[in-house]
Amino acid sequence: MKPDFFRRCFCPIAMLILLLPGFTLGQDILAQDVFSEALTKLNATSMQERSAAINQLAAVKEPRAIVVLQALLDGHLLNLKDEGKLVIGKENSSGYKLSDAKTGQDLGVADHEAIQKITVNNSLRISLRKIIGRLELSAGDAKVRLGAVHAIAKAIDDEGITLLRDRLVIEQDSTVQDEIKLVLGLEALNSNDKTARLGAIDLLKNHADQDVVNRLNALIEKDADGHYLEADADVRNQAKVALSKINSRLQWYAAIETLFFGLSLGAVLVLAAIGLAITFGVMGVINMAHGELMMLGAYTTYVMQQLMPDYLGWSLILSIPAAFVISASVGIAIERGIIRFLYGRPLETLLATFGVSLFLQQTVRSIFSPLNRSVASPEWMSGTWQINDFLSLTWNRLYILVFCLLVFALLLQILKRTRLGLEVRAVAQNRNMAKAMGIPTARVDALTFGLGSGIAGVAGVALSQITNVGPNLGQAYIVDSFMVVVFGGVGNLWGTLLAGFSLGIANKLLEPVAGAVLAKILVLVFIILFIQKRPRGLFPQKGRAVEG
Amino acid sequence: MLLNLYKQDKAAAFLMGSIGFIALFVPLCNLILPAESALHFSAYSVSLIGKYLTFALLGLSLDLVWGYCGILALGHGAFFALGGYAMGMYLMRQIGNRGVYSNPLLPDFMVFLNWQELPWYWYGFDQFWFAALMVLLVPGLLAFVFGWLAFRSRVTGVYLSIITQALTYALLLAFFRNEMGFGGNNGLTDFKEILGFNIQSEAVRAFLLMASGMALVVAFLVSRWVMNSKLGRVVTAIRDQEMRVRFLGYRVELFKLWIFVFAAMLAGIAGALYVPQVGIINPSEFSPLNSLEIVIWVAIGGRGTLYGAIVGAVLVNYAKTLLTGWAPEIWLFFLGATFILATVFLPDGLFGFWQRRLKGQKS
Repeated sequence: MKPDFFRRCFCPIAMLILLLPGFTLGQDILAQDVFSEALTKLNATSMQERSAAINQLAAVKEPRAIVVLQALLDGHLLNLKDEGKLVIGKENSSGYKLSDAKTGQDLGVADHEAIQKITVNNSLRISLRKIIGRLELSAGDAKVRLGAVHAIAKAIDDEGITLLRDRLVIEQDSTVQDEIKLVLGLEALNSNDKTARLGAIDLLKNHADQDVVNRLNALIEKDADGHYLEADADVRNQAKVALSKINSRLQWYAAIETLFFGLSLGAVLVLAAIGLAITFGVMGVINMAHGELMMLGAYTTYVMQQLMPDYLGWSLILSIPAAFVISASVGIAIERGIIRFLYGRPLETLLATFGVSLFLQQTVRSIFSPLNRSVASPEWMSGTWQINDFLSLTWNRLYILVFCLLVFALLLQILKRTRLGLEVRAVAQNRNMAKAMGIPTARVDALTFGLGSGIAGVAGVALSQITNVGPNLGQAYIVDSFMVVVFGGVGNLWGTLLAGFSLGIANKLLEPVAGAVLAKILVLVFIILFIQKRPRGLFPQKGRAVEG
Repeated sequence: MLLNLYKQDKAAAFLMGSIGFIALFVPLCNLILPAESALHFSAYSVSLIGKYLTFALLGLSLDLVWGYCGILALGHGAFFALGGYAMGMYLMRQIGNRGVYSNPLLPDFMVFLNWQELPWYWYGFDQFWFAALMVLLVPGLLAFVFGWLAFRSRVTGVYLSIITQALTYALLLAFFRNEMGFGGNNGLTDFKEILGFNIQSEAVRAFLLMASGMALVVAFLVSRWVMNSKLGRVVTAIRDQEMRVRFLGYRVELFKLWIFVFAAMLAGIAGALYVPQVGIINPSEFSPLNSLEIVIWVAIGGRGTLYGAIVGAVLVNYAKTLLTGWAPEIWLFFLGATFILATVFLPDGLFGFWQRRLKGQKS
C-alpha cells in the first residue's frame, strides 16, 4: 500500500515536471548528452547493459527516444559495423534503407553484410512495450495517448493499472479520460472487494462498449452446475440494472443508426428528385432524361479525377461546378432543341425526353465503354466515424447528407431571393398572367430547365461517391425520384425534401423486417395507394391554375 | 365481314388481309416447300414473324388505352408479362419428370431451392383450360384493381403514367425474388411440349404463328367494332374532354376501367402466345423500358387508328432485329432518335402523316 501510495502521489508530479513546457537550453543539451550516451550503451553486448540503457533512454526527455525504442522492439535498430553507429533500417529489395538513430538523417542503403541487428530477449521486450506505452501515454498528441491506453489495456497488469491511474489524475483530454476510466473499471470488476466491484459497475454502466457488455453478461451467467459465476447477489443485481441501462442505450443507438441510414438514403433521393421537382413543378414537364443528367454529373467526376489524379479532394470539389455547368448546358440544349416544341403536351414530352435519355446512355456507353468506372473517394470522405462500439457513421453518407441540405438551402434561396426565382415562381403560378406582365417565359423556361438539370449533375457528383458509375446509373434512380416528387406534391420543394427523407427512412425501417427488395416494393405499393387518396401528393398546389 | 370492312375502311381491310395471308402463307411455305426453295421460310423466321404478330397484338391493346382513351400507360408490359407467366407456368408443369431433377411435380428451380411442395398458386396450371383462363384473369384482375383505385380517385395525366410505371417496376423487383416461386432471375424456360406436342417441332411453331395471326385479326375486328360502337365513342370523348363527358352524366371511371381491363386481357393473350414461341419468360419483361418500347410502336404507327399500332410494332421490331444483329450499339441511338422524331415531327404517327399528305393533295 505504502509504495503504491508513494508512486501515486509522486509520479504524476514527476511527470508534470517532465511535461512542463519551456525547458532551458542547458537542460536540453544535458538531455542530448544523456541520449547519445544511452544510445552508445545500447550497442553493448550484455543484455543487462542494454536493459540499463533502455531505462536511461526512457527517462530522458528527448522525442527521438521513443522512435529508437520502437525500432528496437520491431527489430529495426541496427549496428552499422564499420562506423560502430546505431541506425534504423528497413529491409527492402536492394538491402537496408538506413537512417541515423540519433538524428533521423537519411544514410542511404546498405546491404546486410554491413549491419548487425541489435537483439532483445523476451523480458526486455516486455519491459520495452511498457516503457513505450508509458512514454506514449505522456505524449503531446491525444491520439497517441489513446493508442497507448489501448495497448496497455491489451496486456494489463498491476504496473499498467498504476500507470493509467497516474495518468488519469493529470489527463486533460476527455476522450482519453473516458478510455482510461473504462479500462480501470473493467479491471476493477476482477477485484475481490465487493464495493470496488459495485463501484466499477456503477462506472461502467455509462459506457457503451462491447467489452463492458460481455463482462457484465458474464457476471449474471450461471456455470454448468447452475451456480452463479458471481457469488454476490448485490453485484449481480447491480450488473443486471447496468445491463438493462446499457441495452436501452444500445436500442437508442440502433434507432439513431437506422435513422441515419434512412436520412442518407433520403438525401440521395432528395438530391435526385429536387431538380426534377423544379422542372416538373414549374413547367409541368416530365423529364425522363433526368437520371441521365445525373449520370453525366457522375462521369464528370470521373473525368475530373482522370485529369488531376494527384488531387483527389480538389478534383471532387471542382467536379461540383463542372458537373453543374455540363448538365445544365445539356439540359438547356434539350429544352431549346426539343421540349420547346412540345409545350402543352406533357405525355409527348415524356416520350421525347425518354428518347433523349436513351441517346445519352448510348453515347456514354460508346465513349466510356459499358463497364462501370470506379471513382475514388478522397481520404476525408472514406472510412467511418466510430462514435463508440455500437454506433459508427460512414463519412461519405454524412457528407452527402450535409451536401444535400446545402444544395436544398441554396436552391431555396435562389427561388426566394433572386430575380430568376421570382420569375420562375410567377411562371409556375400562372404562365399566361406572367407573360402578360412582361416576363420572358421562354427564357425562364430554358433557365429553369438548366437549373434543374444542373442540380441533377451535382447530384451525380454525390452519387459517384456511393455507387458505381456506369451508363445505367440514371435508370436506377429515375423511378424513385419520380415517386419522391409525386409523393411530396408537385411544385413544392419542402414537400420534396420531406417526401425524400420519409421514404428513405421508411425504406430503412422496413429493410430489417422484410428484406431490401421487398421493402422497396412495399414503399412503391404504398405510394401507388397514397396517390389514390391524395392524387396531388402531400402538399398539393392550390388554386385555379392547378386544374388547367 | 371482311367485305363489309373493305367497304368501310380500305386500309384496315388491306392490313387484315395481309396479316391473314402471312399467317397462312408463311407456315405453309415452311412446312410444305423444301428447304432449298426460294419461298421456304426457316424455323427461325417463322418464330420471328410469330413474335412480331404477338407484339402487334400488344401494340393494338395499348392503342385502345392510349390512342382511344388518352391514358398513357407506361406499365402495359406488365400485363403482357403476366399473361406470359401464366402460359409459362402451364408449360413448366408439362415438363413433368423430364426436368434435370426428374421431379414429377416440382419444376426444376423449386427442387433447386429445396422446396418440398408446390405453392398453392401453381395448382391447376397442369390443365390447359385453367392456364388459358388465368392468361385472361390475372392481367384482367390486376388491371381491374389498379384501374378501379386510380380512376375512381381521378388520377390522371402524367401522375397516372408514373404510377403505372411504378407498378411494373414493383412487379419487376418482385419477380426477381426467388421466394416468389416464379423462377427468380432465370424465369421459366426449358419447355418441352404444349398440349402434348413437341414445342420445338416445326408444325407446332407454324401453328403458333397461325394462332398469333388469328388472335391479332380477331382482336382487331373486335376492337374496331367496340371503338365504333357507342361505348367506343364515349371513350374517345373522354380522351378529348373528360370533364365535359362527366358533366353529361357518364360514369367516366367505369368506361376507363372497362377499356383498361379489356386491353390488359388482350395484352395477356399476346404474352401467352409470345412465350411458347420464344421459349422463355423472365422478369426483364416487366422492365419499364419494355413498356416504353410498346408506347413508341404505337406512337410511330399513329395513335387511335388500331392498324397504326400494328404497323408500328412490326416496323420497330423489324428495325430492332436488323440493327441489333448488325450493330448493337446503334439500336439505342435509333430508338432514342425515333422517340424524339416521332413526338416532334410525327405527332399522329406514320398513318397520320400519310393521311395529312393525302388530304393536302386533295385540297
